[in-house]
Amino acid sequence: MSKEHLVIQAKHISKSFHDPVEIQILKEVHLQVKRSEFVSIMGKSGCGKSTLLYILSTMDTDYGGELYIDGDAMHQFEHNDLAKVRNEKIGFVFQFHYLLPEFSVLQNVMLPGLKLGKYSDEEVEHRAMEKLRILHIEDQALKRANQLSGGQKQRVAIARALINDPLIIMGDEPTGNLDSRNSDIVFDIFREISAVSGQSLLVVTHDEDFAKRTDRIIEMADGQIVEK
Amino acid sequence: MKFGLIFKISKTHLLARIKQSLIAALGVTFGIMMFISLMSFMTGLNAMLDNLILNRTPHIKLYNEVKVSDYQPAEMFYDTNTTQIKINSLKPRNSKQEIRNSLQIMEALRNDPKVLGIAPKVNVQAFFKSGITDINGLINGIDVKKEADLFHFGDYVVEGQVDDLIRVNNSIIMGKGLADLMLVKIGDVVQVMAANGNDLSMKVVGFYQSGFADFDKGQAFVALKTAQKLMGMPNSYISEIQVKLKDLTLAPVLAKTYAKMFEVDALDIQTANAQFETGTNIRNIISYAVSFTLLLVAGFGIYNILNMLIYEKMDDIAILKATGFSGGDVRLIFIFQAMLIGIIGGIAGLIFGFLISYGISISPFETEALPTIKTFPVNFNPLYYISGIIFALITTFLAGLLPANKAAKIDPVEIIRGK
Repeated sequence: MSKEHLVIQAKHISKSFHDPVEIQILKEVHLQVKRSEFVSIMGKSGCGKSTLLYILSTMDTDYGGELYIDGDAMHQFEHNDLAKVRNEKIGFVFQFHYLLPEFSVLQNVMLPGLKLGKYSDEEVEHRAMEKLRILHIEDQALKRANQLSGGQKQRVAIARALINDPLIIMGDEPTGNLDSRNSDIVFDIFREISAVSGQSLLVVTHDEDFAKRTDRIIEMADGQIVEK
Repeated sequence: MKFGLIFKISKTHLLARIKQSLIAALGVTFGIMMFISLMSFMTGLNAMLDNLILNRTPHIKLYNEVKVSDYQPAEMFYDTNTTQIKINSLKPRNSKQEIRNSLQIMEALRNDPKVLGIAPKVNVQAFFKSGITDINGLINGIDVKKEADLFHFGDYVVEGQVDDLIRVNNSIIMGKGLADLMLVKIGDVVQVMAANGNDLSMKVVGFYQSGFADFDKGQAFVALKTAQKLMGMPNSYISEIQVKLKDLTLAPVLAKTYAKMFEVDALDIQTANAQFETGTNIRNIISYAVSFTLLLVAGFGIYNILNMLIYEKMDDIAILKATGFSGGDVRLIFIFQAMLIGIIGGIAGLIFGFLISYGISISPFETEALPTIKTFPVNFNPLYYISGIIFALITTFLAGLLPANKAAKIDPVEIIRGK
């Protein structure tokens, strides 16, 4: 398989914390995510799965090894270029929604799109409404973010992650704060994203039901991937 | 980079905390307002005090000083290299105060393009007879028209008409202090005796007040020809030529040139009044120091508010970074906020500073010593408004820079994982 089909390719990823004593969190991790693949990462607390996700997300740059996103070598990029990669190619959904409280729902979704600057402001607004419609919250568009319920907020966060049509959506316990009904909604949205638009998903989760329904589960223990 | 987007985020942050933002801006407003009003008032006052002297002081004064002759005949006769000459009890030569060839000198000065104008003068040491006592004083024989044009003579005549000096024969304008001492009023006749013994009756047509009480106690002004008459001298007799230049700063150089060219003594205004510049400089330094302190305090206010804001906004900064805003973008967001506070506060400061300056400039200010001043002097120099706003922008920029740098360095992973 050629490199181009791999959205993420990680080789020999290692990471240690030095404070207060040297602890190795990740040991020589190898990982690949293909286009339109829906992958979940599971493991006990402290196994390093979140740490791995943040390295793959390019936000954490303090690691050893090689990381390629869409074929580009991230470990050689400067901070500003990494920010551009995140803006254009990666969408994030966290356990907490991280919506900006001063802005409306629509503006929150638009911000990464405006930053990208690929489309005019009007087009970005139109696209943001489109994403909100897909997530069935277009009627909340002009409300302030803090006027929404927890499930709605998480859906807005997903819309924000989708605004620039990223190659991959990364999630850190995206359903961790949601009840089972809302979890199902989020899962269905993810499923649809990967099936319809061919975008990949990489989700760290504790939720076994959630993980079981994904294409592939990566099980982690003690900073290493355990083959299952 | 999309400045519009960054600016929009900054604006939204500020508007969400409108009260805090306004208080921060108010600090800047206060600083700039004080800077403008203080500088305008101080420099206005400086200019007035300087003008007290500068307006009526010639830039160069040509005169003959009573002094020992530079060369003694013996020095010319003997070779001073081989012969040592010692002359005891040297006395000033019996030279007249008169400037020789005064008409030719004045003609030459009038044709000099660097000269704005000249006014000849005859100074007469005289006694004013008041009952049984004589009061010592100086009578200034002046070219009334030139003196008024070049040295604002009219501004200092508090009672009576300046033109009466020309119209009325043997008329005199007396220093206010001198007149009070002699208990004379306008229309009275005073007896004046010159040092050479000539005496003359003169009619008082006005009072002169300079602002220096001591000076006013010993001065009087008469027309040039009246002074010449008192001295018993012809119309060509001139004891002093006052020169006003187009450029004041040339005075020291030109004074030397004239002294050599016309073989007279020459005194430039800088040498005569060195202390005034010192006073002006010190007053300016004080004004700047006070304004700078005020702005520094305002700067600390902005620094504090932005620092607090950044702690509050940790989550927002983290998600902005996660979704592709670079550290530089985040820095700009907070610097823009500081600058917005600076611009709004600064413009308000300019407006209030102007209003306060205007208020001062129309407040009545009357003092015995300064007869021509009716309200406080204020200098509405646009330079202070320009430097005020630049000052505000620099201060707020620096105050914003530290918190903004801190925000730029925030590690999003630390924030997001901490939840």
